[in-house]
Amino acid sequence: MEILVCVKRVPDTAENEFELNSSGNDLDRDDLVYSVNEWDNYAVEEAIQIVDKVGGSVTVITVGDDESEEVLRREMAMGANHGILLTDDAFEGSDGKGIATILKAEVEKGSYDLILSGAQADEGAGQVGGMLAAMLDMPYASLVNKIEPGDGKIVVGREIEGGNQEMNEMDLPCVLSIQTGINEPRYVGIRGIRKVASVEIPEKSASDLGIDAASVGSEGALTKRVDYFVPDLGDGAEMLEGSTDEIIEKLIEKLKAKGGL
Amino acid sequence: MTHIYAYIPFSNGAAEDVAMEFSSAAKKIDEGAAVTAVLTGSGADLEKVAQEMTSLYAEVIKIDNADMAYPNAEVVRKALVAVLPTGAVLLVPHTTFGMDLGPGLSVRMDAAYAADIIDFEGMDATTLKGVRQELGGAVSTHVTIDVASGAVITIRPGAFAPVEGGAAGGCVIDKSGDAGDLSTNRKFLELVEAEVGDVDITKSDVLVSIGRGIEDEDNIEVAQELAEAMNAVVSCSRPIVDAKWLEKSRQVGTSGQTVKPKVYMAMGISGSFQHMGGVKGNPFIVAVNKNPKAPIFQVADVGIVEDILDFMPELAEAVNDL
Ligand SMILES: Cc1cc2nc3c(=O)[nH]c(=O)nc-3n(C[C@H](O)[C@H](O)[C@H](O)COP(=O)(O)OP(=O)(O)OC[C@H]3O[C@@H](n4cnc5c(N)ncnc54)[C@H](O)[C@@H]3O)c2cc1C
Ligand SMILES: Nc1ncnc2c1ncn2[C@@H]1O[C@H](COP(=O)(O)O)[C@@H](O)[C@H]1O
Repeated sequence: MEILVCVKRVPDTAENEFELNSSGNDLDRDDLVYSVNEWDNYAVEEAIQIVDKVGGSVTVITVGDDESEEVLRREMAMGANHGILLTDDAFEGSDGKGIATILKAEVEKGSYDLILSGAQADEGAGQVGGMLAAMLDMPYASLVNKIEPGDGKIVVGREIEGGNQEMNEMDLPCVLSIQTGINEPRYVGIRGIRKVASVEIPEKSASDLGIDAASVGSEGALTKRVDYFVPDLGDGAEMLEGSTDEIIEKLIEKLKAKGGL
Repeated sequence: MTHIYAYIPFSNGAAEDVAMEFSSAAKKIDEGAAVTAVLTGSGADLEKVAQEMTSLYAEVIKIDNADMAYPNAEVVRKALVAVLPTGAVLLVPHTTFGMDLGPGLSVRMDAAYAADIIDFEGMDATTLKGVRQELGGAVSTHVTIDVASGAVITIRPGAFAPVEGGAAGGCVIDKSGDAGDLSTNRKFLELVEAEVGDVDITKSDVLVSIGRGIEDEDNIEVAQELAEAMNAVVSCSRPIVDAKWLEKSRQVGTSGQTVKPKVYMAMGISGSFQHMGGVKGNPFIVAVNKNPKAPIFQVADVGIVEDILDFMPELAEAVNDL
């Protein structure tokens, strides 16, 4: 099975305290730690496991800048066979549809049986997979937490509210967005990264892909982020301060009052 | 005047709560907007919910088809594309169903897409301003949505105030005949219910809930000791279950359990809406997190900036000494 996995380089929520820049229109990105979108690791792991079972190859693809190459290499160190970087100044500021439009152009140059994305990325949108499917006129299922590959068809489980699972049978080729927990993504060590350090990763621009630059990027975007801000959500929590002993003393009083002890 | 359509999901003959939230969301888009509820499904359940919606919406469209008896988003999408007029602005809940339906629908309708909107700040000509969050709720953003050729907008459940059933005196319009060919390449097979675990976290008045801040499987013991001291039960966020450190039945959140404890101790949990969506009944929330900017501090009653691995054992000891 030929599998394409869409991956994105994102600020790591576990490693960063997010601050706004001085003009308040963007994050202060100077010291941000980036990594692969959490959901995408599960998608790549799933693709590798499917190929281990039924044969084929795994290609990882991203729309990004030069620095996005590192996430492709990381996923190749996990075991993906090929990487493709779609990069062009014209892609900057794309909304979900722009990203899907760019990915579609490259997908049509290949021949994939299965296309995987993460369920959502840093913006919490969960949109690119479903848009790509519609553009390619392929069936789609989101939040997939189980895949049983078959012949020309596959059975997938979608995780829905309450942890219940909705089983579906789908025709191939299709697009799936992958939910965390579907597998346990393998660990990638420095050695693994070193092994793929010199593998060639093709880069493609808007003109390579035959994309009209006006249909993507901020020019083509119908939905645009205009600023970042810190919401004023009333009082927020009462912060307990002092030494740990003092904090614990105050907390215990409150817990007693609220029925916690 | 904008014409807004609100897709109302229902199950077992009852509309989801968003039915009441969409009317106030629509008002925030455009005070004078005409709002039409749209329901898909089959048979008596559909008819019952459609009738109920006439008290909230002046117009209710129903699309009845046996293929939509179970809401397969691939089928529903086709029906909506066939029935909705071009340029429609459609509200859909940001749930597992909405996430399945919405993105592809916006492509098919050739319309804008905006996901997980939590507020609107008005419309200027055909540019709608919305509020959403990024990075697990760590930052908020304003977005502009160009609705000139329509839009599909998913709305976070619970984000807009519910409107109690008024007397809209609406009518039901049957558009079943317009749905067209609903065949798809994705067939619904069956529902598999979540496994029941050996502990029922929904029964406990006090939960010591751990998140990714627990850092390592071996540290779970520390949480268990605190829970024991407090006569509480250990629950957790999703990453702990994904890592297989605790069983799924202990997960709190939209894709886990809904809990209604008296006291909820969020230990090393950032406070994403999918997690907090499972914390109901307005409990007293204590958040301990080493990041003073963690979004959980916006929803907690009491916040403590500490390392849980140091804090939990000390708290357990102090409680044991009482
Ligand atoms: C469709 C869907 C459904 C979902 N359903 C659920 C659900 O049901 N339940 C759920 O929980 N999530 C769910 N999620 C995932 C959710 O979006 C978040 O990714 C998840 O809740 C984050 O868990 P967390 O807070 O434990 O981890 P993180 O967001 O990584 O937060 C960890 C926190 O711990 C703090 N921390 C780290 N180390 C320490 C330390 N030593 N001491 C103190 N603090 C520390 C960090 O500052 C951070 O704030 C769902 C996602 C999707 C897309
Ligand atoms: N720039 C990108 N390049 C490649 N894939 C992407 C990109 N942005 C999003 N995706 C894919 O779409 C998924 C969902 O992201 P989003 O729709 O942005 O929430 C991600 O997990 C990726 O698989």
